[in-house]
Amino acid sequence: MLKMQKFALTVNGAQREVTAHPDTPLLWVLRENLKFTGTKYGCGAGQCGACTVHLDGKPTFSCLHAIKDVAGKSVLTIEGLSQNGSHPLQKAWVEEQAPQCGYCQPGQIMRAAGLLKETPKPTRSQIVEYMKTNICRCGAYSRIIAAIERVASET
Amino acid sequence: MERRDFLKRTGLTLGFLVAPGGLLRVVDAHACGEEGDVDLNAWVHISNSENTITVKCPTAEMGQGNYTAIPLLVAEELDADWRTIRVEQAPAEKAYANPDDFNVQGVGGTRATQGYWRTVRLAGAQARAILILNAAREWGVSPAECNTEPNNVVHAAAGRKMSYMEVAKLDNVTLDASLITEKHLKPSSQWRLIGRDARRLDVPLKVTGQARYGIDVQIPGMLYASILRPPVAALPQPLYGDGAENGPMKVDSAEALKIEGVVKVVELPHAVAVVGTDYWATVLGKRALKVEWRNGSLASQYDSEAKKREWATLAADRALKGRTFGNAGDFDAAFKTAAQTLSADYVTDHAHHACMEPFNATASMMHNDMELWSPTQGQTWAQQVCAKVTGLTEDKIRVHTTFLGGGFGAKTEQLPNAETAMLSKIMDKAVKVIWSREDDIKHGAYRPLAAQHLDAAIAADGRVLGWSHRVVADSVLARVRKTAWDQNPAIDSAVAVGMTQPYGIPNRHHEFVHQASGVPVGYWNAVGSGYTIFAVESFVDEVAAKLGKDPLQLRIDLLTDTRGKAVLERVRKLSDWSRPHDGMAMGVAYNHGGRGHGQIAQVVEVSVNRSSGAIRVHNVWAVADSGAVLQPRHLRQQLETGIIWGVSAALREQVTIKDGVVRQSSFNDYPVPRMDEIPEIHIELLQGGPELLSGAGQLGVAPMAPAIANAVYRLTGARLRALPMLPERMKLALGVMQGLGKQRIDSAT
Repeated sequence: MLKMQKFALTVNGAQREVTAHPDTPLLWVLRENLKFTGTKYGCGAGQCGACTVHLDGKPTFSCLHAIKDVAGKSVLTIEGLSQNGSHPLQKAWVEEQAPQCGYCQPGQIMRAAGLLKETPKPTRSQIVEYMKTNICRCGAYSRIIAAIERVASET
Repeated sequence: MERRDFLKRTGLTLGFLVAPGGLLRVVDAHACGEEGDVDLNAWVHISNSENTITVKCPTAEMGQGNYTAIPLLVAEELDADWRTIRVEQAPAEKAYANPDDFNVQGVGGTRATQGYWRTVRLAGAQARAILILNAAREWGVSPAECNTEPNNVVHAAAGRKMSYMEVAKLDNVTLDASLITEKHLKPSSQWRLIGRDARRLDVPLKVTGQARYGIDVQIPGMLYASILRPPVAALPQPLYGDGAENGPMKVDSAEALKIEGVVKVVELPHAVAVVGTDYWATVLGKRALKVEWRNGSLASQYDSEAKKREWATLAADRALKGRTFGNAGDFDAAFKTAAQTLSADYVTDHAHHACMEPFNATASMMHNDMELWSPTQGQTWAQQVCAKVTGLTEDKIRVHTTFLGGGFGAKTEQLPNAETAMLSKIMDKAVKVIWSREDDIKHGAYRPLAAQHLDAAIAADGRVLGWSHRVVADSVLARVRKTAWDQNPAIDSAVAVGMTQPYGIPNRHHEFVHQASGVPVGYWNAVGSGYTIFAVESFVDEVAAKLGKDPLQLRIDLLTDTRGKAVLERVRKLSDWSRPHDGMAMGVAYNHGGRGHGQIAQVVEVSVNRSSGAIRVHNVWAVADSGAVLQPRHLRQQLETGIIWGVSAALREQVTIKDGVVRQSSFNDYPVPRMDEIPEIHIELLQGGPELLSGAGQLGVAPMAPAIANAVYRLTGARLRALPMLPERMKLALGVMQGLGKQRIDSAT
């Protein structure tokens, strides 16, 4: 019998314990064990960015980290980014009406938050270079760029 | 979700009967149990306690903006204060059928606003009439003396008014809704909301992670299922077959059942499901299965490269007869007697939707009732399919439509709904089925592979006298609407859309030759137009080249539609069409919408890397006329993202199939555009008038491929007649690569 095990990690500032198979990707632990469904499954292979969260402060693909490897670490998801969508990026996303279907947008916002942490005033080409890890199949890219530029110009 | 819970608690009883045409005959506005909370009809709910007006949206929100556009139309006629408008997904009910979508509840083919345009404005006007009637009765005056201003009924003579919320607290009113007809609708000059930008109602949920997509559904105590599928591409439409021809022959589940969290391995007719209490356990279980498959469908003999060659031969063979439609004059005679003729063959590969949210669905069957939560484009179909596979009657299937993480036609497919319904019945518990990305791509509803042959007959003076367009492809309708197709196997509207070219050519011939392939082909973003418009608009340029005419001017000369001429004239100015270029060239294409009355002209500016063969689109200018502009900013967004989709489809999207097996599996081998690959897009909107309203979600997609091919031709002299225009195909056309075959360029003169 292949058994599950207990793992502890911090999610959005709170200590959580889960029982899962050791190789379970963090993505699915967040979504199905802990019900943080804002983090999305797109490919499970680190190609689309829909599952982007911050792991110990850095944006990363949550589909590529097994729970056994992130035990004890700290995870920030879109649900923990702000209270009630008040993060400047979320407000800018609304101002620019960035989402279309919206499925990729939590990942896009988490990625953008990582960008602004590293580079508070990115140029357009820095935005594009950093954000190209994340696919938006609707093609809402110009509004995502506009939203990031809006935040960068306001800070 | 509080609203939903409230409605559940109080019981959503709708006091109306359904009249022909999907309109509502309101018998009684029906109180919902709390004072001042009332359903005025199937579409409008007023809540005094929350100071809100909730509009039911009949179809899914998949990014195309239904959740805002439909309420906006209702609110316009209701004379509502937009700030109090909320939106809620309608259940699957006959009242919400789309008159423009086979009169079932669903959306696709850019049919939402176009289809519900009349119905929902009438619903708003009816609701407004009920409010006026009720207030007038309270005041003891004639309704004719009353009017409305946003969210208020006004009796100007006595200087009094009453808010809609207060009116909702009064006793029920009675109104024969058939009294409210089209003549009661506002003239466009009085529109207060239509034509102005409203903020999308779904956006705040989508930036916080709160928007609930199908894959996000959580039912307490639910099970998960991961499904192992056969190697050959298989996506049965459950109404017409169970897929057993490809299904499992022999299943060894011993290893899967050793995994903690796996509860059961279920042999379905078409596949094998691993069901468990933990999602990842079911994924591990799926990997541990050993299954022998039947592989018994025609698809197992299908090779997409061979089919392209075979069907191209058939397309050029006029002795092979198909189904003709929209013909005029006598093409054959015109072709025989023409001073000069021109012919060309075009081929296009399969393409896939690659929605960011893969297929999924959740069902809970309890006794003789089933609830389905699904990111579906087809509510009525979902009901029918779940009824069929569970043995329940359709009225026992409650469909909850979630947000869709992309639809593009894919989510009209019903297999995920059938799978979760079957499993929920077997397990007697709620079950969530999640498809892997790999399964989503390997078992899709692909855009049909198509081979097309076009002929033109040209008079000595250069007039184009005859035009013939033959397409050879598999049929979408034969697969997804089989009953209707078998009864009337006429033209396949999905496959052949866009073929009936709009140019004023007197002798016209359009023909569709159906070839069954066994490969699942389905609806796609501007499905048939993706290749028919490519062929039509490339061939117009080929004719222009033969005549030595400017291709943009030739289109204007040939078109009879003044709106078509107008979008072309305007895009010529906007793009500065005749300016000189350094290492780049422009190409143009026009789309008469295919469906509805939409018009668009697009000019692109491209460059070609001659050593790699890569084509780059730098600029796109688009001028669109979709009748009325409901929300300018949103329309621009829809056109812009359609253009990006069109560029991607033109340059790279390709599904290849060998022995029935799809070779692509994820975003690495099915790449879609990223942020660093999008062109600059310049859009201008014209308005042909509200009576010509048409959807715009797909309008910008189809012209991209021919515009790019035409620009490449003007830049390099090489004519690309195969989609996608991959770098190796570009190099081949440039003559850089030798010995890999040669594109056929026919000229029958």
